[in-house]
This record gives sequence, structure tokens and C-alpha cells, in this order.
Amino acid sequence: MSSRENILKAALENQPAFVALPQINLESVINYENLAAQFDLILTRIGGTVEHFEDEASLLARMASHSPEEFVINTITADAEGLANINKMNSVQLEAVDVAYVRGALGVAENGAVWMDENAMVNRLLPFICQHLVVVLKVNEIVPTMHHAYQKIEVNKTGFGSFIAGPSKTADIEQSLVIGAHGPRSLTLLLQF
Amino acid sequence: MKSHAEAAAEFIKDGERTDWHDETLWFVRAKRDLAAHGLPEWEQLRDWASEIKNHTLSNISQYLTAFEKNANANGITVHWAADAEEHNRIIHKLIKDNGIEKIVKSKSMLTEECHLNEYLNHHGIATIDTDLGERIVQLRQEPPSHIVLPAIHLKKQDVSDTFHEFLHTEKGNNDPQYLTEAARIHLRDHFVASELAITGVNFAIAETGGFVVCTNEGNADMGAHTAKIHVACMGFEKLIPKAEHLGVFLRLLTRSATGQPITTYSSHFHRPRPGQQMHIVIVDNGRTRQLGRPDFRNSLKCIRCAACFNTCPVYRRSGGHSYHTAVAGPIGSILNPNLDMKANADLPFASTLCGSCSNVCPVKIDIHEQLWKWRQVIVAEGYVGAGKKLSMQGMGFLFSHPNLYRFAGKMGRFFMRIAPFMVNNRLNPWYKQREMPAPPKESFGEWYIKNRKK
Repeated sequence: MSSRENILKAALENQPAFVALPQINLESVINYENLAAQFDLILTRIGGTVEHFEDEASLLARMASHSPEEFVINTITADAEGLANINKMNSVQLEAVDVAYVRGALGVAENGAVWMDENAMVNRLLPFICQHLVVVLKVNEIVPTMHHAYQKIEVNKTGFGSFIAGPSKTADIEQSLVIGAHGPRSLTLLLQF
Repeated sequence: MKSHAEAAAEFIKDGERTDWHDETLWFVRAKRDLAAHGLPEWEQLRDWASEIKNHTLSNISQYLTAFEKNANANGITVHWAADAEEHNRIIHKLIKDNGIEKIVKSKSMLTEECHLNEYLNHHGIATIDTDLGERIVQLRQEPPSHIVLPAIHLKKQDVSDTFHEFLHTEKGNNDPQYLTEAARIHLRDHFVASELAITGVNFAIAETGGFVVCTNEGNADMGAHTAKIHVACMGFEKLIPKAEHLGVFLRLLTRSATGQPITTYSSHFHRPRPGQQMHIVIVDNGRTRQLGRPDFRNSLKCIRCAACFNTCPVYRRSGGHSYHTAVAGPIGSILNPNLDMKANADLPFASTLCGSCSNVCPVKIDIHEQLWKWRQVIVAEGYVGAGKKLSMQGMGFLFSHPNLYRFAGKMGRFFMRIAPFMVNNRLNPWYKQREMPAPPKESFGEWYIKNRKK
């Protein structure tokens, strides 16, 4: 018999009597009066920066304000051809990216995480390998908790998606928090009202 | 191999370092408390997590079949490994068949359990561990001493010396920021060149045939999204029924582990990117046996947060290496006797049975009770030393003969008073690193009889 059959057989023989799944009742879960304020508070606490934008024009101006020396990839304003090019970039090319703009699909107030899938990332590696990550999120896309988030997202809609909460970090050397481990050295969230 | 007690005795020779280790982990435990108390529904969450895991284990054969079917439909190749050896062989074959030379690996306690690095090394294949803590211990040729904080036993100075030797950093520069930057540059070179990336699995979703990997550094993503082959290794107990259940577990995992509200990256893998291969190796390695043991199957609910390590008074003062196994601490002391009862017979005794581990466990594993049950199994199977067996038999005799017990107590108090050197010496294990208490004038029994009528 193959290992597969052996494992499945042993699992079936050894598993205990059936136990029902619990009901997850969202009534008993925390909620926040001001979701945006809570989201700001937590994201700032975990090393992120939040900027508020009231109108589209100032947001676009912010995105266009980089100096020519910076290698900026903006997946939000890129045209079809630009997106196709980003999609094709390999790790050596992406390694040189200074700033990447990506749109977030959903923010979570309890932990400052933002969900994005590979359609928004355009290239799976981009939000992880760039030096600085900037995420644009609409304020009405913030939900209270992870339970609410999973009600809204479809995890297998694309082949890959991630909750990203702040910049890459580590505390592996004597528990000292260092921002910028392997991934982005900063995460800026542009909150669109 | 040294027993836990022998290895711990060596660790605590450096008193200052022992205190520092103890305090550092207690600090992490305190952060966990703060995070847990921030959610009014914390106990409710623990109940849900425990019940979801109980349900999953009670239906695991079906969930495994469903997961395989859905993962296959997603374009993921599923492999099954009965034991560590088969797990290692499967990965070795993938490497050979694809002519791979550059391999990066993010944290996976399963690959530690299977000794994958050593196996591949033995076949002339080098892997680069990419979690900073794991890279540090890999360069030092040590195993991780903690499942979440692999280099927690090391001080800045140790890391600085290691990096000076291998990465040519400035001698004596102990700044964590500087050292992390050096590791960043060093590991980025490996990421961009990697051909095959190995990751662990935090959660696998039966309903969707995908899996979630959580890191703070982003190293799993850097490897997986670069390499043309991604191999994820999982013990089958990592399965959960549906994606919505991740809401419960992701809320508990890091709050219990480090006090963070969530890891920086919680990445959901469902399909390989175009041109990429994605493989999952599902490992048994004794897990079906543990599933069949009613007293111990609860241990398969573990989500590897290490809250039980950080709170354990024994772990904090003996260090992870004293457990001589990939998963140390209280939960490791339950899991490892299942893997090899004889080699790990000492571990269930490396506990005060204070119950703190069970109190912090996010999935409500009755850890201290299982440790106590393992002791009974291990004694019954004859895996304790002659000294312990004999003294236990002696104690059993003494406790079942009240007159003898009272006489012995009297003699003990008498000799401690007139000849303290008879107990304050190296032959008495209770005298090690502590003073014996001053003997009372009378026993509680005598005091009770005298005062009963008052």
C-alpha cells in the first residue's frame, strides 16, 4: 500500500467520534466606534504610517511627487502595457524597486492588516521585495475584525493573496525590534476618504 | 545524548544568562497577556479554536481527502510521507529531478523534526535558512532553541561574532539594526537567485485546497515568489475545514506568540503562478499514532505559537537546547515521547505541572495533564532510571505506612536540627542551588492534634 493509503487508513481508524463544528457568532466579537481611527492607531503602533486624503487630485499629486532618481512602480495609475511589463519582471529587476504603489482591497481595524490579492499586486513578488510599500485604501473598506474580513474576501479567487500588516520586521536579535528585515523598510497607507 | 536535567545543569552554570533568558521570555509572555486582555472575547475565541480543532481531528480522514482533491484541482501536487525519511526523500527527488542548485527555506518546524537540512547536506545539497533567527543558528551549526524565536538563547554579542566570522561585519558592532541590515543584504542575494523554496504551512484549508504561511520578515514570500518550485511541508494536523476559520486562528496565533495583533504577512497560497510548480508534502511521522491515543491526541491541536514555552518556569530557566528535540518546551514534551518514547522519556518530567502552559494555550490543550499522564506511561513502560524507580518505590512504601512516615518525619527534623550537614550536602538533590528550609519544631499532624480542641 502507498503511504497515502496507509495514512488515510490509519487516520480513519484512529480518529475519535465525530464532534460538530462550533457556531461562530459575530455578535460576541469586538466592534469599534470609529473603524478608521482604530485602524490608524494599530497600524501606527506596528510600524506603519497613515496619511489621509480627501480628494482624488491630492492623492494623484502625492503619487506623482517622487524624484526622478527613485525607481517607482505604480500599479494604480499604470496602463495595460505598463501592468503587463510589471507582471513580467523578475526578482533581479524588482529588487531595484524603491517604491511600489498597490491598492488594498480591505483593511482590518483590530490589527492594521490590509488584504490584497495578486490582481492588485500585479506581480506576486512586488509588495515583498520593494524597499518601500505604499498602499491605497478606501476608508469604507475597513472592517472591524478578521471574521468580518473573511466574510468579504474570497481567498481562492486568485492564486495568491496576503494580509499585510506594516513593514517587514524582525526581533530575532535579542528581542530588539528592527524594521526592514527582508522586505519593505516602510509601509505607508494612503487612506482615501 | 545528555538528559534534560544534565543539559539544563550546563545551561544554568551561567547564572546571569539564565536570568536574562528567563526575563526575556517572561517579557514576551507579558506582551501576550496585554494582547489577550485587549479582546473581550478572548476566552470565546479559545473555545472556538479548540472546538474547530476537535471537529477537524474527528473528521480528519475526510478533510485530508477533500484537501488533496481541491489542491490538485488548483494545480498543486500533493505528496504523502509516512515518516521523516520519506519526507526528506520526496524533497531530495524534486531537487534532483529538476537539477536544482539554489535552495532557500523559511521556517518550518516540521523540516526540523525530519532533519531535512542534515539529510540534504549528507547528499551534498546546501539549503539556506532565511528566517533571521534560523540563519543565525544555522551559521553557528546549532538547532533552533525556540519554535518562534529560534535564536532567543543568544545575545547580541554572539550574533555579532557569528556575523563577523561569516558575513564579515565589523568586529564588536553589536547594533541589532546594523546586524539585521547585514543579514538583509546577504539573504537578498540568495532570494533573487533561488530556484527552489521550501516553506512550512501554518494552516491548510480543506474546502479550498490552499494553505497559509505566516511570517514577520516576509522571507517565505521572497523565496516562494522567486523560485520556480515552491515546496510546502505540513503535518496533517495543520488542516482546518474552511477559510472562515482562519479568522479565529489568525486572531489567536500572534497574540499568543509575541503579543502582536497579527503577523506582518499572512499569505494565502492557492495556485502556482504561471510557469511555477507548487508541491505540498503531507507528513504523518507518528501523528496517526498520537491521534489513536485518547489521552494525547489533544496535542495535535497545537498551532505552534509557543505561548507554553514563554510561560513555562522550567523552559525559561533551562533553555530550548536542553530538550534535545526540534519542538522544545511543554508541548514538545508531549509530542516527542510519541516519536521516540525511550529517547524522550526525560521530557515529561521537565515540568513543575503548575498548569501555566494549559492556561495560556490558545487551543486549550490540557498540556500539564498530558505531561502527568506521560509520566505514568513512561514509568509503566520501564523508561525511567533505576534511581527514580527505587526512590518512588521507597516513597510509596513510606506513604502507605503512617507510623513509619511519622517516625521518619521526626527523625528528619531531629537530624536537620542537630546535624544539618546530613541534608545540606551534594548527595541530596533538593540541596542543589537552594538552601534547605529550617526544620519546624513539630509536624502539621502534631500541631493539629494539639490545637484541634481549641
